[in-house]
Amino acid sequence: MIKTDILIIGAGPTGLFAVFEAGLLKLKCHIIDALPQPGGQLAELYPKKPIYDIPGYPEVLAGDLVDNLMEQIKSFQPGFTLGEKAQTIEKLDDGSFIVTTDAGTKHQAPIIAIAGGLGSFEPRKPKIDRLFDFEKRGVEYMIKDPEKFRDQSVVIAGGGDSALDWSIFLADVASEVTLVHRRNEFRGALESVDRVKELKDMGKIKLITPAEIVNLKGNERLKSVVIRKNNNPQEDFELATDYFIPLFGLSPKLGPIADWGLEIEKNAIKVDNTLDYQTNIPGIYAIGDVNTYPGKLKLILCGFHEATLMCQSAFQKIHPDKRYVMKYTTVGGVTGFDGSKKEAPKAVVKAID
Amino acid sequence: MDVKLTIIDREGVKHKVDAPTDMAMNLMEIVRSYELAPEGTIGVCGGMAMCASCQCYVKSNHQLSEKTDDEEAMLSEAFNVEDNSRLGCQIQITKDLDGLVIELAPEE
Repeated sequence: MIKTDILIIGAGPTGLFAVFEAGLLKLKCHIIDALPQPGGQLAELYPKKPIYDIPGYPEVLAGDLVDNLMEQIKSFQPGFTLGEKAQTIEKLDDGSFIVTTDAGTKHQAPIIAIAGGLGSFEPRKPKIDRLFDFEKRGVEYMIKDPEKFRDQSVVIAGGGDSALDWSIFLADVASEVTLVHRRNEFRGALESVDRVKELKDMGKIKLITPAEIVNLKGNERLKSVVIRKNNNPQEDFELATDYFIPLFGLSPKLGPIADWGLEIEKNAIKVDNTLDYQTNIPGIYAIGDVNTYPGKLKLILCGFHEATLMCQSAFQKIHPDKRYVMKYTTVGGVTGFDGSKKEAPKAVVKAID
Repeated sequence: MDVKLTIIDREGVKHKVDAPTDMAMNLMEIVRSYELAPEGTIGVCGGMAMCASCQCYVKSNHQLSEKTDDEEAMLSEAFNVEDNSRLGCQIQITKDLDGLVIELAPEE
């Protein structure tokens, strides 16, 4: 069981910054995120795109903002459960909560801060008959353990970075890699596109374009895929394969959190914006893009503000008898849980003769 | 100046709406501003042509701007794509769009 003061669900900018504000109040945080890396949509969707409305940054790349936030919170030593989705919540008699992930990891905290953005990112599934029948029986949407594909034949569909990168990677692992894409053009880093071309010329990747998978065949397990070339049913052909991996990117879904008994409106969690962004369940807060209230704006800068007020409220809940007044970091410095201390240099006073 | 658009929502209901040409808005934003699709089901990526949640079918004979490479690439990965598919976020509202008829593609 992982125990912490504030359990944050979502490692996007809002969740990450909450660690900082909590740290100033000596509260420890642990973050759960369905993606394998922190940063939320900034890291997953648009790491190389600029953002222009972060106060104090005329321009910052989304990926750099995440790196900076990670640096800013480092000394507060947040824990991470990455690549797992928060699934269920249970309230204990002492008022604390236990959140269990889809992988079974349990976390206990008196305060839950949902900073889940648009939801957890789930693979986009193409509309192919019997796709669901073969899930985990030859159809995979994510590659968690590449060794599984050693000496197996693999068909990958998709035209973005993940389709390209996994084709390149599996070319050395699988016995056969076939990449199928609807167009001749790919949308990915130039190096990846060039590398796939090299591997194709070396005969290590079979490229089939423009084409798509229109059918799956097999009994208990997937045995083959039916590929349609040039959008022409006359050109359909069957290709035997051990695995079919459609990689059409990820799309966010609110997911299991929607069933936690929270008040939901417009696919977002209703919170009290007059005070502390608490939900209808005391002790559970929702901050950033995942919440809604009159006048809500889904902006990173608003998420930072919401995270800050949430932490003050969490502090009072955890320490009802402690007196506290907010202190400026310029005055109080930043003392990390790792023993580090950052503070403003003392001004030297020197007599003038 | 406003233009008049007809937007058929995902339930098949027709909406005639006024869209401003002077607010640098795109079609996806018009749909959101009139709440013709539930929040969180359209414009998920914010308008970067990085999701296909604003996919729509163009039902009238308007000459629209050419697709950019980004839009072309996203549509090639999207589902339910037809010859008249476009991403709403890539269509800027201009006076040429007066009378445009579009239908929102099903939610993925």
